[in-house]
Amino acid sequence: MVQRQSELELAVTETVLAQPTKIRRNAKKKIRIRVWKTYRIVPWVLFTLLTSISIYTLFTMDYGEVVLLDATRQFFTDLQRIFLQPRLSGRFSFETLLQALGMTVGLAVITTLLGGVTAFLMALFTARNISHSGLSNAIRTVMSFIRAVPTILWVMIFSILIGLGANAAIIGMSFHTIAYLTKVFSESIEEIDSGVIEALRACGASWWQVVFQAILPSCMTALLSWLFIRFEINFTNAIAVGAAAGAGGLGFQLAMTSSFYFDFHEIGVLVYMILAVVAILEVVAIRLRKKYIIHA
Amino acid sequence: MDKTLNQDLFRKKKQFLFVTLFSFVVVYVVFSQFVGFQFGAAIAAIPQSFVWLFTNFIPTENSIQSLPLILSKLLETVLLSITATMTATVFSLITAIIGSETTGLNKGTKTVARVFASFFRNIPIVVWAMVLLLSFKQNEFTGYLAITFTTYGYLTRSFMETIDEVAGSITEAMTATGASYFAIIFQGVLPMVFGQLISWILFMIENNIRDATLVGILTGTGIGFLFDLYYKKFRYDMAGMVILTIVIIVIALELSSNKIRRMIH
Amino acid sequence: MLLQVDSISKTYSNGKQALKDISFQLEKGEFVSIIGPSGAGKSTILRCINQLISANEGAVFFEDEDMQRLKKKSLRLKRRRIGMIFQHYNLVSRLTAVENVLHGRLGYKSAVKGSIGVYNEEEKQEAFDLLEKVGLSEFAYTRCDELSGGQKQRVGIARALMQRPALILCDEPIASLDPKSSKVVMDYLRQVTKELDIACLVNLHQVEVAIDYSDRIIGVNSGNVVFSGNPDELTTNQINQIYQSDELLL
Repeated sequence: MVQRQSELELAVTETVLAQPTKIRRNAKKKIRIRVWKTYRIVPWVLFTLLTSISIYTLFTMDYGEVVLLDATRQFFTDLQRIFLQPRLSGRFSFETLLQALGMTVGLAVITTLLGGVTAFLMALFTARNISHSGLSNAIRTVMSFIRAVPTILWVMIFSILIGLGANAAIIGMSFHTIAYLTKVFSESIEEIDSGVIEALRACGASWWQVVFQAILPSCMTALLSWLFIRFEINFTNAIAVGAAAGAGGLGFQLAMTSSFYFDFHEIGVLVYMILAVVAILEVVAIRLRKKYIIHA
Repeated sequence: MDKTLNQDLFRKKKQFLFVTLFSFVVVYVVFSQFVGFQFGAAIAAIPQSFVWLFTNFIPTENSIQSLPLILSKLLETVLLSITATMTATVFSLITAIIGSETTGLNKGTKTVARVFASFFRNIPIVVWAMVLLLSFKQNEFTGYLAITFTTYGYLTRSFMETIDEVAGSITEAMTATGASYFAIIFQGVLPMVFGQLISWILFMIENNIRDATLVGILTGTGIGFLFDLYYKKFRYDMAGMVILTIVIIVIALELSSNKIRRMIH
Repeated sequence: MLLQVDSISKTYSNGKQALKDISFQLEKGEFVSIIGPSGAGKSTILRCINQLISANEGAVFFEDEDMQRLKKKSLRLKRRRIGMIFQHYNLVSRLTAVENVLHGRLGYKSAVKGSIGVYNEEEKQEAFDLLEKVGLSEFAYTRCDELSGGQKQRVGIARALMQRPALILCDEPIASLDPKSSKVVMDYLRQVTKELDIACLVNLHQVEVAIDYSDRIIGVNSGNVVFSGNPDELTTNQINQIYQSDELLL
């Protein structure tokens, strides 16, 4: 491992002690140009390992009794009916659809707002520049454990006690929301110029004053951007929770239509609606990310 | 003059803060009503739930007996996640290379790549799963396809971003030497983005285990299905065991990923 | 005449006219510097020569072929004759110095061999020899991100030399370096190109460096050539005119 010397020393060393290259050769006496150190071997080993696992799994996977070719043909026919012939079949009106949309959006909005406020408070204790490192690490560890449980399982756990519905869905989704936002909020806070915080502390401001006069104004736009990005994720989560845990909204409608009524045209309407909303959210999220979030 | 400017700026920021918080409150109240969210009841449930969790989800003799089944399903889920991620990687890499600003072939491929990626990414995974269920029925392969589609959309965007961020300089340099397109890609671009690529792949594998659990509930496979089974049969001790194993595996994966990332740097 | 730039003009899509009717010549083995304030169009001129940028009007005759008219394969083949080094070195950080130098040879390899990165013994030996020429023998097997700025730039020079070019374009090669490394890099650049009779066209914003190393200097301001002559012809007045600033003291 070559150690970095100052430029001056290097310039002197090189002109005084220039040595010819020790060319390394392999077993067949051919010149070697690559050096196989850890950082080069590991990616290849990993890549080979993962690829072998994948090929093995593809062969031993359970394909059910499905004939792949027929199923694929069927899939494309389904896609055609869904995307090229969307229409409502009178089972529910457009109003019902809008209500379902409102439900899904509502779940996402409330989760994001509640989660955001909680996460901001937690972030104040997690950011390394304004908090004790022990506390910061403890919070990060707890968040890791929270994130390890999939959101759908969180929702199902809470459904046991308070039943299926908006309450369980929101609380369940909040866990990952808080874990995610605490992480990104604390990173935004850590990026604040330390001078601003020091200055306020130096003139004797109370802790809350520092928060509202220095921290919040400094990273407000970044925090709001992250909040919106999480809202986009929560919209998708709300659909998942609606479908798998019966919490209502577009996800629930979709699950009903696809597993009970098998109405492709209705599915088409729902899919287009979801696609439109997510696409718009994504565009806004990208713009916010570019404008307000400093790339770490 | 400066003082008034600063004061103005601060006043504007405070106004902005106030307006934002106020609109949040309004939005919250409106949606709470619409959705039927009862803050009090929900919050009260949290401590209750945790107590309930700890008493019911603690492993018992019964649940330990079901451990072999749980572990085999967990393994199934992990393998599914890896396979789907690797499949998606192949297609994503190709799409990203022909679609990025830096290495893209032409305006056409760049636009098509972006649209494709957005399409696969913006359709939530449950939607893909439900659509695929109609033709491929309930089995592992359906879950595999759903995860692969979503991962493809996500990775293509990520890869394109990485290529544009990191590989611009080497592409310019190698173009100036007269190297062929493929030489530039394989000898210049890929070595430059390799580390970040592996990072994305590891991240997706971790993430896909969670998605695989979700999709498993719908397709009747994997650890998600097992949890759902125990859950519906009120076997909360078994369900708790499932959660415990999931947590252990995810944390283990996260730690290994971090170690691998450090080794590759 | 090795290089003949004939009245090139370039206006970018945002409306900014970077080059207005630029013309100059370069002879075989000449070391010429282009000086001028930032945004004067120096980088654009350089990139028009190997068609990294397409000019709106005019022609660039290099070895009797118009670089601006060439397309695809013929452009690729012709580009091999022109090496280029960059302000930010543009190396692959993870790869070793010798691997980066060998990239200069890829223009001469078939698509298959080039993609896999298979080089023959002569090419590899030449790469090591070139590294020795720029004083980096000891660092051949070192990862490029472990090298200092000056060392990285010398790897870049070796990579350009690997092409066996007739001309090397240098876009602000020492802008990111401290004075000591700058001297080392410019010394090697001048020495090796004189030895191998390779012409050099160098963008610089340090006027003193240009005066010290060049056979000829071209001054550019706002897309126009405002000076062309020997370093001794460059008076303080001339310099002020190029940079359009009365405060510049030398």
